[in-house]
Amino acid sequence: MAVATAPSAFPVAKQRSVGQSYFDLVKYRFKKNKLGVLGLILLVTLYVSFVALPEFIAPYQLENRSNFVEAPPTAIRFVDANGQFQAPFIYGLERKVDPVKRLRTWEINTDRKYPVRLFVQGDEYRLFGLFPMNIHLFGIEADQKEQRIFIMGADALGRDYFTRIMYGGRLSLMIGLIGQFLTLALGVTLGVISGYYGGAVDMFVQRFTEFLAAFPNIPLFMALSAAIPAFWSPIVVYFMLTLILAFLNWGGLARQVRGLILSLREREYALAAKSFGAKDRRIMFRHLMPGTMSHVIVIATLSIPGMILAETALSWLGLGLRPPLTSWGTLLQDAATVRAIRFTPWLLWVVPPILLTILTYNLLGDGLRDALDPYSGR
Amino acid sequence: MAEVAQNGKVDNLLLDVHGLKKYFPIQKGLLRRVVGYVKAVDDVSLYVREGETLGLVGESGCGKTTASRSIIRLYEPTAGQVLFKSRVLSPDGQPRMVNLLELNREQMTKVRQEIAMIFQDPINSLNPRMTVADIIAEPLVIHGKYQKGRSEEIIVNLLERVGLRADHLRRYPHEFSGGQRQRIGIARALALNPRLVLCDEPVSALDVSIQAQTLNLLQDLQKEFNLSYLFVAHDLSVVQHISDRVAVMYVGKVAEMAGAEELYANPLHPYTEALLSAVPKPDPLYKSERIIMQGDVADPAHPPSGCYFHPRCRYAVDRCKTEAPAFRELKPDHWVACHRAEELQLKGI
Repeated sequence: MAVATAPSAFPVAKQRSVGQSYFDLVKYRFKKNKLGVLGLILLVTLYVSFVALPEFIAPYQLENRSNFVEAPPTAIRFVDANGQFQAPFIYGLERKVDPVKRLRTWEINTDRKYPVRLFVQGDEYRLFGLFPMNIHLFGIEADQKEQRIFIMGADALGRDYFTRIMYGGRLSLMIGLIGQFLTLALGVTLGVISGYYGGAVDMFVQRFTEFLAAFPNIPLFMALSAAIPAFWSPIVVYFMLTLILAFLNWGGLARQVRGLILSLREREYALAAKSFGAKDRRIMFRHLMPGTMSHVIVIATLSIPGMILAETALSWLGLGLRPPLTSWGTLLQDAATVRAIRFTPWLLWVVPPILLTILTYNLLGDGLRDALDPYSGR
Repeated sequence: MAEVAQNGKVDNLLLDVHGLKKYFPIQKGLLRRVVGYVKAVDDVSLYVREGETLGLVGESGCGKTTASRSIIRLYEPTAGQVLFKSRVLSPDGQPRMVNLLELNREQMTKVRQEIAMIFQDPINSLNPRMTVADIIAEPLVIHGKYQKGRSEEIIVNLLERVGLRADHLRRYPHEFSGGQRQRIGIARALALNPRLVLCDEPVSALDVSIQAQTLNLLQDLQKEFNLSYLFVAHDLSVVQHISDRVAVMYVGKVAEMAGAEELYANPLHPYTEALLSAVPKPDPLYKSERIIMQGDVADPAHPPSGCYFHPRCRYAVDRCKTEAPAFRELKPDHWVACHRAEELQLKGI
């Protein structure tokens, strides 16, 4: 108790922990929203597994082909043919050709059993692009020519589809983030300038956003995509695509930021800064812009799924990313034929991760919206 | 405008405003055609001597705030002259009169070190995302005078001088009461050691008990730092308490300006008389003759002809309807804009 009554030698340091900054309050409020927290956890998990660790989680390398053409998903079993319960394993696959239907099918050979192991050695890769490794999260210890594990089936080139979804997620999830970042940079900057200066600047920016909004999207995408030379490397095409998406999306954000700035610039603290001689840039970006951030973060969170979907849709239409780049959009393109749906329906496994990503972004966005608005009265 | 140019004979001036005008255009339609002007400040002339307080009173919407903001060009004035005795702009360090409205951007930024502003709304005038330390340091940072250690000491001293504690530095504005926030605003205004402080209704958002504390603090600081105040208010008793001289505004014009005691005792303008009659007296037995003015305050977009006050003035004659009165010095240091100022016997308090 003596400690509690002794006067603190460091009043400032003590106060620091008591003082509640805006973001302390936000954190406190956000933690109370269970769905929002769930969304955040799921989203972090998604990004860690799809962006940082796909090489480790996927059992094979992206372009590792095999003779197991269009093999169906492998069932992981715990009970063998004799009804004995045992450690997880898979049966071997054998190719059969139906001479009447002239159809290739895959059948299970219950004589060959392969135990499924965690942390098995397999294809070489570099973790985070740096550390050479060959350990994979799961797999079977067998010669790759003899047997492979396809938990989501294989595609027309005998590549593991689960591996492809893992690698495809990297591009799809990153295009959302990078694209949204560019959108934010453009939209917030132009919105702040437009709202702060008003007059002719405002007129020009607003008419330009209206022009963009009034323009039909798909033809514009097509024109812009067609403008990307075919001989450019796929990775440059990828960045051009993010640029195009950002360029088309900043208008709405700029409008909202402008509206907020219009009200914020009449606050006396903006006038106060001006009265002390602050330059326009300082007033705009030190005083006014932070006031719009809560709104902007929510809008950004809620519109990243739109970005991801736009990439998916464009790639599906053949206007976005092209093979050999693998994204969820290009995978969806493979799955979008009648033949694929009839004979290799497992190619639709790409849909659940897309849906899950969008759902988690929406959960997080809703949670943030409630937490960041200090005047919602909850 | 010309009739007040002889202000040169008034000695020891710090701020000398002549014919200040601020018209806000009224725009209509898609092409923003200007269909008229709101004459928020229409020919205001006043002056502040070094070390004194000039109270600026008037009812809501009469242009007091616009006038004070136009003086330091928060609003760009339409016309007029704002002379200020500046030290930072003179090459030899001797204070010299400069016209603020003729300064370029860079010079104006410099002068802003010498003129600070205290705002009406203590909630709105402090950025909610900044700590008290950042808020008070901001004027120093803007003018490149922030030095680690030394400036922190200055800030702590200022904070303690206005009655807050050093451990408040890391807190945010929302953690303070209204009176404390206004003290933060005062500390910020003093950070650069200004010579003139424009107080824009600094106490009208506060409780009466806090008002008195804040006013006393402002008076103490005035003596300590040799400050001059232009004190905008609508509360006549507050103005009487703090001002050496008082200027009364009506619809964008100064109606009367005189020493505080002189103005309260011998008003020369009928509007001042009417205002004074509305001041509540602390004596319950005192039966005052309350002057009830007819009509409403004139619309600054469509002001009346002649003297703006004539539709509500009980002494108005025909001349008042056609001819605008000049703002003249009737007695030494007692200025009035009324045709009949000499003949009227008006009642003060």
